[in-house]
Amino acid sequence: MKPVVQVKGVAIPFGRKNVDTDVIIPAHYLKTISRSGLGRGAFEVVRREPDNVFDDPRYAGGPILIAGDNFGCGSSREHAAWALGDMGIQAVIAPSYSDIFSGNAVKNGIVPVVLPQEAIDRLMAVAAEGQPVTVDLETCTVTTPYQDRYSFTIDPFRRDCLMHGLDEIGLTMAQGDAISAYEAKIGAERGWV
Amino acid sequence: MTEPKTLYAKIWDAHVVDTRADGTALIYIDRHLVHEVTSPQAFEGLRAAGRTVRRPDLTLAVPDHNLPTTARTDAKGARLPIADAESAAQLAALASNAPAAGIRYIDAVAAEQGIVHVVGPEQGFTLPGTTVVCGDSHTSSHGALGALAFGIGTSEVEHVLATQTLLLQRAKAMEVRVDGVLGHGVTPKDVILHIIGRIGAAGGTGHVIEYTGNVFREMSVEGRLTVANMSIEAGARAGLMAPDDITFAYLKGRPMAPAGAEWDKAVAWWRTLATDPGAAYDKVVVIDAAEIAPSLTWGTSPEDVVAITGVVPDPMSFADPSKQAAAQKSLDYMGLAAGTRMQDVAVDMIFIGSCTNSRIEDLRAAADVVRGRHVADTVHQALVVPGSGLVKRQAEAEGLDRVFVEAGFEWREPGCSMCLAMNPDKVPPGMRCASTSNRNFVGRQGPGARTHLVSPAMAAAAAVTGHLADVRDLMGAAA
Repeated sequence: MKPVVQVKGVAIPFGRKNVDTDVIIPAHYLKTISRSGLGRGAFEVVRREPDNVFDDPRYAGGPILIAGDNFGCGSSREHAAWALGDMGIQAVIAPSYSDIFSGNAVKNGIVPVVLPQEAIDRLMAVAAEGQPVTVDLETCTVTTPYQDRYSFTIDPFRRDCLMHGLDEIGLTMAQGDAISAYEAKIGAERGWV
Repeated sequence: MTEPKTLYAKIWDAHVVDTRADGTALIYIDRHLVHEVTSPQAFEGLRAAGRTVRRPDLTLAVPDHNLPTTARTDAKGARLPIADAESAAQLAALASNAPAAGIRYIDAVAAEQGIVHVVGPEQGFTLPGTTVVCGDSHTSSHGALGALAFGIGTSEVEHVLATQTLLLQRAKAMEVRVDGVLGHGVTPKDVILHIIGRIGAAGGTGHVIEYTGNVFREMSVEGRLTVANMSIEAGARAGLMAPDDITFAYLKGRPMAPAGAEWDKAVAWWRTLATDPGAAYDKVVVIDAAEIAPSLTWGTSPEDVVAITGVVPDPMSFADPSKQAAAQKSLDYMGLAAGTRMQDVAVDMIFIGSCTNSRIEDLRAAADVVRGRHVADTVHQALVVPGSGLVKRQAEAEGLDRVFVEAGFEWREPGCSMCLAMNPDKVPPGMRCASTSNRNFVGRQGPGARTHLVSPAMAAAAAVTGHLADVRDLMGAAA
């Protein structure tokens, strides 16, 4: 995974609440056996609406998506994170995420930034003007050219994974002895497992 | 005396392999269910990195999402081809990836095939006190048996295949207690819809819900599976029920459950898992069973719940301005006007199935309403899709298939089907479906499909009346 330290650029002022992963990528795109190319199906239903932000040339190619509460709820499909990545999104800013989605985002180098609704409202306005937004993992801040500065918190392990592009599976495999020891202990105590 | 612990804390603590300095824990995974949609990229990832599956013996693979629910073999028993090339490729990938890795694979034409979340408990693969994962959010279902069960993404599927562990942050514990007596015609589906309506689609985010109170203690395992299944619809990481004698009676003798001395040893441990008196939850919600009516959804989020006796809400009745806008958008999509009585809404499609409501008790409840009646002429299509081949066989032994077919339903082969419309079973654009599934999202049952989530009995009532209906009116007075 490519390390990500700072994401700066146009932010797409989407803003909706309870955006489920069926909206991010509908089920008929899940028949793929590859991770790539899903951007073409991203937000398919929303893109049928006139004046939607995803087809607005002002926000074309923006690497940041601003959304409302409970972003990425519903299905566990990692295809949602793959689709966002494929359309060039490197950070999402929202008041909250579904637990599964935020995990999937991190594993694909997309920063799930949590900020309160007041900050979201302000950033939506800045984004609507076409002004760039900066997400910085070093300082854990979101800033704008208007001197707005919002601090956010992110789980330290997730931050580490994002900033160093860590391979979690490789990290865990390095603990193979601890896993084997656990298996031996449980095999003795709870053989039915 | 050790500190009192919750059921969640006990299962979590029993599975910690290691804890990092930053608090992230390496958690051992006892059971891994694999299906065809979220696994091909994981197997591909393993191959690319030269890694192997650590514990194929703790893994069970079964196809469900893509499979057509029409006949899978011809009159001579030969396998029929799958028309959709992409679906066929995905199914073929699982059929080759799983056995190649030494993973037990239940074939599409086997009697044991079904929806992963129906198959796991049915086979006794899911056990109390275990950690259960699957690349599917409705893995929360298995919490009904007292397993810590949750959905994961494909990167995590790969992680579990390679290491049999996951790197996780501990969630908070939330208690949802329902005490009292459920009203006539109120089913486990109504209970969970009511809970989600009350706490919201993000009400459980960051939490593992434990369902407590006499309503759940007295509920069958199948009812508990329906409730735990939709924990994810309230945003919860998982849903849990304390394993008890009802759980043990359900599991005893299942093909993959322990037997003999191992069974006794297991039960003794399972009995220690219930939350200790005095253990603290981070959040508590208390609901009186008497306030729960047969319920259904009106909008495009599972939190949009109303009693069947209610009306379509006015978007302006919501305090939150963003919810007002969302509600209006939902009503536009659903083709509904505020103030309309829910019972006046005509339906075009009926779907009885999905990991939420496709087990034998669900089919019995629906058949009880259908028996002696006929699907309304105005209904375009009514499907019954059993959750597994074994459920189907049991229903046929009880004559339920005849009840449905004679009433005008189609009796299909098991799979996820019209819950998410990845296979050919779709709700046509603009049509309205009374569905026993779990998600009423925009486009979930097919592009432009309009979904009302209901219980099996309420889906049957809608089928025979042609509109959303109060099942109590068809059941007569309480016995």
